[in-house]
Amino acid sequence: MTAAVAKVYRWEIVKLLAQKRTYLGLGTAMAVPLIFVVVLLLQSGGPNDVPLGRYIRDTGLATPFVVLFFMSIWGFPLITALVAGDIVASESQNGTLKTILTRSRNRGEIFAGKVLASITYTLVIVFAMGLVGAVAGSIAWGFHPLTSLSGTQVSAAHGVALLAGSLALYVLPLAGIAAFAVLLSTVTRNSAAAVVGALMWALLMQLLGVLPGTEAIRPYLLGTQFEAWHGFLRIPADWSPVIRALWVCALYIALPLASAYVVFLRRDVAGD
Amino acid sequence: MSDALPISTTALVKRYGDIVAVDGVDLTVERGDVFGYLGPNGAGKTTLLRILLGLIRPTSGSAKLFGRDPLVDGARALDGVAGFVEGPRFYSYLSGRKNLELLADYDGDGARSRIDGVLEIVELRDRAKDRVGGYSHGMRQRLGIAASLLRQPRLLLLDEPTTGLDPAGMRDMRDLVRRLAGEGITILLSSHLLNEVEDLCNRVAIIRKGSIVYDGPLQELLATAATGYRLRATDSERARLVLLSQQGIDGVALEEGQLRFTADEEAVARAAIALGQARIGITALIPETASLEELFLRLTGGESSDHDREAIVA
Repeated sequence: MTAAVAKVYRWEIVKLLAQKRTYLGLGTAMAVPLIFVVVLLLQSGGPNDVPLGRYIRDTGLATPFVVLFFMSIWGFPLITALVAGDIVASESQNGTLKTILTRSRNRGEIFAGKVLASITYTLVIVFAMGLVGAVAGSIAWGFHPLTSLSGTQVSAAHGVALLAGSLALYVLPLAGIAAFAVLLSTVTRNSAAAVVGALMWALLMQLLGVLPGTEAIRPYLLGTQFEAWHGFLRIPADWSPVIRALWVCALYIALPLASAYVVFLRRDVAGD
Repeated sequence: MSDALPISTTALVKRYGDIVAVDGVDLTVERGDVFGYLGPNGAGKTTLLRILLGLIRPTSGSAKLFGRDPLVDGARALDGVAGFVEGPRFYSYLSGRKNLELLADYDGDGARSRIDGVLEIVELRDRAKDRVGGYSHGMRQRLGIAASLLRQPRLLLLDEPTTGLDPAGMRDMRDLVRRLAGEGITILLSSHLLNEVEDLCNRVAIIRKGSIVYDGPLQELLATAATGYRLRATDSERARLVLLSQQGIDGVALEEGQLRFTADEEAVARAAIALGQARIGITALIPETASLEELFLRLTGGESSDHDREAIVA
């Protein structure tokens, strides 16, 4: 990262920290695992048909994995889009884009700072959920060894490492949604349109994955990559979904960002 | 590069579909000018400023600031240039000072160390810690000037800086512009307020429907209008006959009890003597020069605004 991009990035983070929507998304990401734990404490049933759902009361470490499953449908895509869809459009609408584009930074540097800030936010919400989920779950059910998807147990410490790896892998498809939201934010110059459009895109990817006859393309859909972390939870690890997620997500990130970059570089910044 | 003109545009065109917002504009602004860029609302003033600041791409032609084209040189073309279009915009959820810190970091070049100084100049130091969301319009305009001064500009582009200000705010803003001009900063002032331009500028360009209809020194523009006189006398009818008999007096007309005519100063002096000799008393002899407003209306065809164009072009 160049020093110029680092400065833009730093100020993008300052701006995010000064806006309510940032905390709305982050608060939601942290509240969901808490609510999840409280609800499970109040009732006897459990999410037995989702990965690790059967072991939810065996160890607090299972909580964030189960919440990941539930939030991948629209929870995390919505929170991601809320910030990434706003990051260019709100500045177009408020006219502040003109203010920063008439200083000494090139458009490419400003764009890079904004993209990095969007992806940082995605990273933070996923890891915040993971941390809150693991801590709340551990308070409720203890910090015990984790049963893997292969049925074998791994130590709690190993479980933490698997959780960190899984969360990091989970950020990739979310970054794909963030990239699409940034594209819509740049093209539509309308925050609401970009947020809703990116959410629709995420839901479409998931819908395609469950329709009959889509088996051939399913491994390459963005929605499928939300399950790539299952590979980590097998003993020994199954690397094929992990590796596929890496390159598939790279494409889902790079293509919208490249398009958004070209539009951002060339667009007229007028009255909007 | 240092000898290059602060602003030079060549055959600049900007089209939005069928609408031509800027139509073949050739404009040069010399060092030290306070250049009034004058036109009715929607005439294309802001579009030109946007092109100069690199915010929009011209359809054809070129625009250069100190010899650099924003299309080619990007942000470097704005070295030594600052300003705003359509009013300065800031992050309402950040304080005035934070906004300036952000912009100073974007600028680099030690701009942060100048924040206190520019806040002092625009008299916002006491309110710098408040969020911009709570600022009045005038305070935002002043913060806009402060943000521009952070860049230590040699050229300031100001788009209607007094619009929306109360009379005291307008006076303060004009004083500030005058002061900055006095420090040697070249200023391009876009405005539809004629008295403002007359008050501040030494050169003007008048734009109408995207084209420049006058470009030159303000005094020359005012001088292009024929000078005239109004005369009130003790006997208007006899005075009219005396004037008609004088050489160098033209266009004599009696309107509502007073005479109007055009003449040079010598002819007027001779006429005054002739009126005295004819025992006609002069109660008032008033020279008339066309105001900038009259010239402006003449040059712009009397349009005050053009809403169809305004929606797209403004």
